Amino acid sequence: MKEIDKGRKTNAGLGWLLKMAWRDGRASVGKLILFMASIVLGIAAVVSIQSFGDNLKKNIALQSKALMGADFIIDSSNPPNERVNKIMDSLGGANSREIGFASMAAFPKNDAAKLMQVRGIEGGFPFYGELETEPASAGKTYQQDNAALVDATVMLQNNINVGDSIKIGTVTLPVAGALKSVPGSNAIFSSVAPPVLIPYRFITETGLVQTGSRIDYKYYFVAPDKNMEALDHKLDPQLDAQEADLDTHTSTSRRLGRRYENFGKFLNLVAFIALLLGCVGIASAVHIYIKEKLRAVAVLKCLGATRRQTFLIFLIQIAVIGILGGLIGTVAGVLLQQLFPIFLEGLLPIDIQVTFAPKVIVLGLLLGLLMSVLFALYPLMGTLYVSPLEALRVNGAKRSKSKTAGLLVLFAIFIFIFLFAFWLLKDINYSLAFVAGILVTFAILAGIAQGLMQAVRRFFPTSWGFVARQGLLNLFRPNNQTLILVMAIGVGTFLISTLYFSKDLLLSQAALDKQKDSPNMILLDVQSDQREAVTSTVLGDNLSIIEDIPIITMRVQGIDGRSAVSLKNDKSSKVGRWVLNHEFRVTYRDSLIASESLMAGSWDGNYNGNGTVPISVSDNFANDAKVKVGDQVTFNVQGKSLKTEVASIRLVDWSRMQLNFSIVFPKGVLEKAPQFLVITTKVPDENASAALQQKLVKQFPNVTILDLRQVLSVIEGLLNKIAWLINFMAFFSIFTGIIVLIGAVRTSKYQRIRESVLLRTLGAKSQQILKIMALEYVYLGILGSLAGILLALISSQLLAWLVFDTTFLPSWMPFLVLFPGITALVVFIGLFNSVSVIKNPPLEVLRKEV
Amino acid sequence: MAKILNVTHLNKTYTSGAKKLTVLDDISFDIEERTTFSIVGPSGSGKTTLLGLCAGLDAPDSGSIEISGINLGSLTEDQRALLRNKQVGFVFQDFQLLPTLTALENVAVPLELQGAKDALKRSRELLGKVELGDRFNHYPSQLSGGEQQRVALARAFSNRPSILFADEPTGNLDAETGEKVEKLIFDLNNELGTTLVIVTHDPELAQKTQHTLRLKGGKILSNTAV
Repeated sequence: MKEIDKGRKTNAGLGWLLKMAWRDGRASVGKLILFMASIVLGIAAVVSIQSFGDNLKKNIALQSKALMGADFIIDSSNPPNERVNKIMDSLGGANSREIGFASMAAFPKNDAAKLMQVRGIEGGFPFYGELETEPASAGKTYQQDNAALVDATVMLQNNINVGDSIKIGTVTLPVAGALKSVPGSNAIFSSVAPPVLIPYRFITETGLVQTGSRIDYKYYFVAPDKNMEALDHKLDPQLDAQEADLDTHTSTSRRLGRRYENFGKFLNLVAFIALLLGCVGIASAVHIYIKEKLRAVAVLKCLGATRRQTFLIFLIQIAVIGILGGLIGTVAGVLLQQLFPIFLEGLLPIDIQVTFAPKVIVLGLLLGLLMSVLFALYPLMGTLYVSPLEALRVNGAKRSKSKTAGLLVLFAIFIFIFLFAFWLLKDINYSLAFVAGILVTFAILAGIAQGLMQAVRRFFPTSWGFVARQGLLNLFRPNNQTLILVMAIGVGTFLISTLYFSKDLLLSQAALDKQKDSPNMILLDVQSDQREAVTSTVLGDNLSIIEDIPIITMRVQGIDGRSAVSLKNDKSSKVGRWVLNHEFRVTYRDSLIASESLMAGSWDGNYNGNGTVPISVSDNFANDAKVKVGDQVTFNVQGKSLKTEVASIRLVDWSRMQLNFSIVFPKGVLEKAPQFLVITTKVPDENASAALQQKLVKQFPNVTILDLRQVLSVIEGLLNKIAWLINFMAFFSIFTGIIVLIGAVRTSKYQRIRESVLLRTLGAKSQQILKIMALEYVYLGILGSLAGILLALISSQLLAWLVFDTTFLPSWMPFLVLFPGITALVVFIGLFNSVSVIKNPPLEVLRKEV
Repeated sequence: MAKILNVTHLNKTYTSGAKKLTVLDDISFDIEERTTFSIVGPSGSGKTTLLGLCAGLDAPDSGSIEISGINLGSLTEDQRALLRNKQVGFVFQDFQLLPTLTALENVAVPLELQGAKDALKRSRELLGKVELGDRFNHYPSQLSGGEQQRVALARAFSNRPSILFADEPTGNLDAETGEKVEKLIFDLNNELGTTLVIVTHDPELAQKTQHTLRLKGGKILSNTAV
């Protein structure tokens, strides 16, 4: 007689488990491929974004010197004072210097005018990177030739050739060449004010360096061996005190890196949601997959396999698929990121050389393994609790899962989501909010699904016809797919609709041009003595003056009796540094404008000369300067001290495309101070704009003209590019959503086959069965997609309210396109998968499918 | 002759909603080694539940079951699995072949679980014995009902069990195929010296066994030698 050694375990080891996992997986390839597709798409999305982000950072660091054209720059909006000159001398003197400002440039050849960034350069700038010009030699000779290099696009648009002339202020220079790229030019700013390079010595001659002009003085240094960190550490505070700045190539690369990091974070989140959808796909696919395997598990247990062994067979299967999916997803992601530079052309500061980062392979594999195992764990636990009695068709066989184990798995899943979100966002609160948001979305969708099932059960329309009743019954009978399908469809639709609505929100903020009475042309730097002449020129073109705003520059000299210098030196002071360093452009008027509302105090628009001057400050100024109503602020108005008192605090909507001010004086104080004007008007079309610009440039070369329609079209162009990328990433989610849907519908097919065959055996026509199934998918499609869109509506409203601070007017597109589209897709996939049930004889179907 | 199965005062109830259902009520009997034994009774009399308990697939509410002198109540679930693998064979009414494994792989599973190096070789021999030498690599869905049950028989005998439990082994087969399968069971049983326990509705099949236990409403009606 054989003996049982109670201490001994089974003889079948890892080899047998691997063999069984392979044998079983081999016969289930179709079902597992779908499961793998969910992983592949999610990981491809994350890896492509991650890898691109890495490459971007690396490229910025590599090209940081070429981005600046020097090792470091000292810049200031004022001519350097003695102290700054001393510091520069101690550094061996600048290798090159520049004066830059935005101004109108005219092309006498065809009377065209254009707002351009004038850069007067002396010395060998750029020392790194190059001036790309056509002809190539122009970049080297324009200084000796007393000529200008003009932005290539501007030359093309205005039909300007080499040898034609350009007029800047009162100086006319020949065009030496077309400028294709120059270090230090910002792509976004360049589309509004493209660069023109001229020799430094002509700057004074232009006559454009006047009161109120925004001038940028830059000094370029070459010092490849200097320690930039130490230099930054030592000189920046000294220069800061003199209202100058030190920018090293390393700090610039860091700053740029940070700026694109935020953008990357947003894309990462979009990718992460695609990944999470993939996880939903995994959980739903494995849930049904394991459900189908439970009988086999019971048989294996009858034959002597232990709980651990049966569990491990399927765990190995899923882990292998996870790793494989991770690998394929990683490769796809690495290939996919090659497309990103195309999407983002003009948006990035540098040319991206996409290289292969080994880190992402590890990330992809690890993620594939983790997400597949973690999200499969809950359904997999079913194998542990299945009783071998089930093989004997005993009805009372117990299959109760351990609640603690289930909760532990759920907890692990949320920890995974949180840690991943934290890794992406590096902010504990945002990560928690993200996880909470996901939790709430899933909970609401699950609640809706459960509510539907209960409502249908309670208010079941018994009077309906057979087909309609059967379709409805499918929603809540045992083994129904209502919960999983509503969640899968709902989350997918929610995500896509939210992205759509958010894009609308961003675009609607910029599209103010269409508003009636909003100015679309701004004339900057109008000197006081030019006021009447400029006004009559505008009126002469049958245009109206919408605003005529005086501007006076001043600095904060003290707050509440403490001088700006002492506040700057006081490390415990919470007053924002920018408040103390900034040159404020201040206006005076007697009333509030549309973008302002009073938050505190009372508005006093006229000063009668008695008492301290009452001023109004913006909410952000009050916040950063730590002032409240009644506090005193002293200003230095071009050398003269002026005491004021905060009489009111305004809430300012800075997102409005109009001139807003941090500080507003009442009438009767600054009228005699040196000032310049900003005049706004509304031009009906491009021709009127060009005609006015030509006249103004000829008569008033110092006046800068900002055509807002052009600026808006640039912003719209940029937003469209970003929207493209967002849509592209959302496409991942849509695609993953479809896969989840196919998986859920395909697996639900197995639940339906027996009933369908039985119905056919009892005499139901194919058409009736098809209608029953179609109706079930119609109900699920409608509910899932509608719930998703409505949730997106709520989340977008919250975004508009909390983040964008704007009014949200939802577009009808998601309702008109997504809602019917997704419902139709659900029905199509559902019916497409069930055709075999209808086409073939009942017995054949049962034999094949079950 | 030594006893291979010893059942004493066995009770089992299931809860269905708020109702308690007594499925087996004070069942005691034993089976000698190398004999054939049938359990008969109408539907719902507790035959299959009794078979499941005897094979260690579930635990009774009270009473004890010993296989080869080992009290199943003293074993953990994994130890019971090991015991099944070493000493027990199963034949099910609906064959219960693993659908994703070929005929040969199905037969080999119990041997592989024992760690047998020649599992596939012995499985091929067994499949030859049940006249399926040409169907090694067929999946269950590619086999007829009779063929599937023969594969199940080969699997049941593959680990040379001391005791083989057969639950309505011919219940899903037509008369002719059923007879063939019956003959195979008894032939293999003779050849390998196994104790055979059959649950059946079929009085003719029951008559072919040496002992018959009759159940009704979870109680023993009779326990007789045929």
